[in-house]
Amino acid sequence: MLKVQNLSISFVTRIGVNKAVDNVSFSVEPGKITAIIGESGSGKSVACCSLLGLIPSPPGIIENGRALFDGIDLLKLSEAQLQKIRGSDIAMVFQDPMTCLNPYMTIGDQLTESLRYHQKARRKEARQRAVELLQEVGIREPASTIDDYPHQFSGGMRQRVMIAMALINEPKLLIADEPTTALDVTIQSQILQLLADIQKQRNIGILFISHDLAVIADIADQIIVMQEGKVVETGTRSDIFHNPQHLYTRKLLAAIPTDCKQATLPKSEPLIEIRDLCTWFQRDKAPLKAVDGVSFDIYRGEVLGLVGESGSGKSTIGRSILRLVNVTRGQVIFDGLNITALGPRELKKLRSRMQFIFQDPFASLNPRMTVYETLAEPLLLHGIEDRSTVSTSVLRLMDNVGLARSFARKYPHEFSGGQRQRIAIGRALATRPEFVVADEPVSALDVTIQAQILTLMQELGREYGLTMLFISHDLAVVRQLADRIVVLQAGKVVEQASSVNLFSQPQTTYTRQLLQSIPGRGLLKSKIAHD
Amino acid sequence: MTAPTISDLAQTEQGTSLWQDAWLRLRRNRLALIGLIILILFIFIAAATPWIAPYGYAQQNLELGASPPSAAHWLGTDIFGRDLLTQIMFGGRISLAVGFIATAVALLIGITWGAVAGYMGGRLDAAMMRLVDIIYALPFMIFIILLMVIFGRNMLLLFLAIGAVEWLTMARIMRSQVQSLRQQEFVEAAVSLGLPTVTIIRRHLIPNALGPIIVYTTLTVPSVMLLEAFLSFLGLGVQPPETSWGLLISYGAESMEEYPWLLFFPGLALTLTLFSLNFLGDGLRDALDVRSAKD
Repeated sequence: MLKVQNLSISFVTRIGVNKAVDNVSFSVEPGKITAIIGESGSGKSVACCSLLGLIPSPPGIIENGRALFDGIDLLKLSEAQLQKIRGSDIAMVFQDPMTCLNPYMTIGDQLTESLRYHQKARRKEARQRAVELLQEVGIREPASTIDDYPHQFSGGMRQRVMIAMALINEPKLLIADEPTTALDVTIQSQILQLLADIQKQRNIGILFISHDLAVIADIADQIIVMQEGKVVETGTRSDIFHNPQHLYTRKLLAAIPTDCKQATLPKSEPLIEIRDLCTWFQRDKAPLKAVDGVSFDIYRGEVLGLVGESGSGKSTIGRSILRLVNVTRGQVIFDGLNITALGPRELKKLRSRMQFIFQDPFASLNPRMTVYETLAEPLLLHGIEDRSTVSTSVLRLMDNVGLARSFARKYPHEFSGGQRQRIAIGRALATRPEFVVADEPVSALDVTIQAQILTLMQELGREYGLTMLFISHDLAVVRQLADRIVVLQAGKVVEQASSVNLFSQPQTTYTRQLLQSIPGRGLLKSKIAHD
Repeated sequence: MTAPTISDLAQTEQGTSLWQDAWLRLRRNRLALIGLIILILFIFIAAATPWIAPYGYAQQNLELGASPPSAAHWLGTDIFGRDLLTQIMFGGRISLAVGFIATAVALLIGITWGAVAGYMGGRLDAAMMRLVDIIYALPFMIFIILLMVIFGRNMLLLFLAIGAVEWLTMARIMRSQVQSLRQQEFVEAAVSLGLPTVTIIRRHLIPNALGPIIVYTTLTVPSVMLLEAFLSFLGLGVQPPETSWGLLISYGAESMEEYPWLLFFPGLALTLTLFSLNFLGDGLRDALDVRSAKD
């Protein structure tokens, strides 16, 4: 159906020519899901966007190649001709359902807009069609919700609306660009299932772009692996997963977290005791109960995983423990000291003993400070080093987190995401804290980088004898690191158990549901069975 | 592992800071660069005026009277026979000083005020910003006249009075910048390191908010100079025999029909300065925009 041949795309900037897509060929067949896998910067999105004329030009230049869609070369079409195909024969689903819907239009209006444009449908017919589609993508009571505005839907529901929107003109090809990356795991698995169902029912072709092999492990028929603008491997799902040829594919596979940490720790006394912790945020009417009566212990030397969907209050707990937000009620006892009752001066002294690692390495570093300044700041502040000796410590810290010393005087914007996270980890460990809260430290990173950072954290955790609260929505990641896991739902603890027990004998339905949503579950099982 | 030494640090690669990057981009903007050069030249001339001015600034030649530009007087003379070039050079000293000093005062108060209000939030923020609103609401002229009446006419007071009005907008810009920066994780990281509030504001917030402030500064300097011209025109600013560009223009305007050069040349000096500052401001805004750093 779609045949891309020798596609090359470059971006010309003042720094030089960047070959984003280099001689790429692939095809998408009707009735199949074809997945393009690659890390950020691998050219996967650029290649797909170019098919619909969606790359900015300049600086983007399509150097050569063809993209035959039902015998027509998409790359040769004029903008007017492309507009006819876009949204009608080929439709797209984007990553972020919030920014892709117009907040000032009801979803009904947005759905029927393209129908009325492409098929000149009447208002009434169009509406009827839209209601049917919303039903098909699993929106409840579509006849009434069709007049709602996007903000009245949750993230997962919005993505369903986006899919309905893409389907409304009966496209033959659906391009889905990371459609589940912004969603929670349970929602993600529902959306993946929906896409697979739609593809079967309608017998259309789907081109699924993702950075994560695990996500497409259950649904893709064909997989194309891209690296640095080139296709390095193409094959069926079982080829790629069971008989990967290229080194890079193997690396990607190895990066899927599959091991489970065996609890080896003898019971020690708790370093942190959390008792009936409540953190509420003041809102207009009722307070938002982000954390609502949570109690658990964190034992010395253990890694405690804190798992839950977005909005479950897991980040707020982490911030409450470190007093980055104000606690409404309850106690956090750190090494015998009630943190919630401390004054600013005592708190400051305690800060060197507990640290925070943030999710987004792009936002968590001051863009105007060099690596050296960033790492030296906590050392000088807490009087661990003075000006004459600080550089030795900073450089040693850089060694520990795997940053080349020659980078010391560079600024954050000169680093990649993984390197930045290393800097952030270095800053958190500079004062040799006993306790660290890591809030989704790898979820903004590519899978292979993710694996590196996790390994680094494991090593440093041992070396520094850290106690860690590891917050994540990704059970597969948590399982690799955590000794015990606490599951949260809507601000309350649902279940807590050792990692092994939680995965083998989940006690509550919610935990079971979470476990079932881990992408590439089947793959996980087969890999474990293999071992 | 051998212990690292200071010399290891000396061998590290030098990163390009955002400022260096901005300078590189500014250098490529020809208009902004010309503006910068003109400004530096003017400041240099103003500083050296007492030594390089062709005549004394109060030196009259009543017999000569108003004369058009000539070899002896390049820009002509005024009705008292005073050399116009000399007048403009001395006037520039005052105009530029008012422009830059008043702006510096505004910057100092505005940045501090806005950063503290924006970072602390809550009631303090509300109180501080209401004060700003109140001063905003005072009619500017009455405010200045009041100051002049109470403290008498004084050069320093003029600087202060203008600065005391211009900082309001600075404070508002700074506050909105800091409010959005405060949400960023690197500020939270600084808090969790245990940094004192003052250090967080000084090291982590202000440097990151400076981009828009610098741009606004280059727009403030010309508006302050215009303000001084306006006040002098009304007789509230600089008084003879001292002079400023604003004053020269106001006298020139009176005799515009007989002696047009008396209006033209001071006007040209002021206009050149304003254009230079505006071009420089535009250039700086583009150069400091981090998003454009990637192309």
